[in-house]
Amino acid sequence: MADFDQELDASGLNCPLPILRAKKTLAGMDTDQVLRIVATDPGSVKDFEAFSKQTGNELMDSGEEGGKFVFRIKKG
Amino acid sequence: MSEKKLAIIATKGTLDWAYPPFILASTAAALGYEVEIFFTFYGLQLLKKDMNLQVSPLGNPGMPMPMAMDKWFPVLGTAIPGMQSVMTMMMKSKMKSKGVASVEELRELCLEAEVKMVGCQMTVDLFDFTHDNFIDGVEYGGAATFFEFAGEADITLYI
Repeated sequence: MADFDQELDASGLNCPLPILRAKKTLAGMDTDQVLRIVATDPGSVKDFEAFSKQTGNELMDSGEEGGKFVFRIKKG
Repeated sequence: MSEKKLAIIATKGTLDWAYPPFILASTAAALGYEVEIFFTFYGLQLLKKDMNLQVSPLGNPGMPMPMAMDKWFPVLGTAIPGMQSVMTMMMKSKMKSKGVASVEELRELCLEAEVKMVGCQMTVDLFDFTHDNFIDGVEYGGAATFFEFAGEADITLYI
């Protein structure tokens, strides 16, 4: 079983697109569902923390995989 | 969470200065802010149906030039005819290669996110523009209209 409900590939996109795409994807999801995001913008690491704090969606984890940044956000 | 408000005054109409208002407005909207942008003077260019925005190295010593062009053509070189369109082209292709959204795309995202756009009627008249020149969904008003929203805003930016 996958540990997320939906995935968003924001590779190659720069600020503020990863955040905007994530917001849009989350809008179509249900509370407590998990969105996995893959991004290449180094600024997105700090930005997803800030996004979570301000929107009430929980940043479950944030890390690097194969040179890309990977986030899991639970919809609040 | 009560909705926060962001008010922006956009006064510049070049490609580089088109980014801050649209980036901040779209991001704030994604964070749950209610956003209004008041476009005045050259900022009205950002509401045009066809934006055709340019960036100029003229009078802008902070602008990085490709291939050390700034060393070959100091100051006066930036005034060479055609330099503006060359630099605009280069800037656009650079942005595309770095995954930076186009201004058109960011504006569209703002509209989708219901960012309210207000055109300054006084400068519309001043430059002999008509409302037909601008995208749909723009409201028009003056300083008092701006303060109606900005007076309640948590953040106000002049760009």
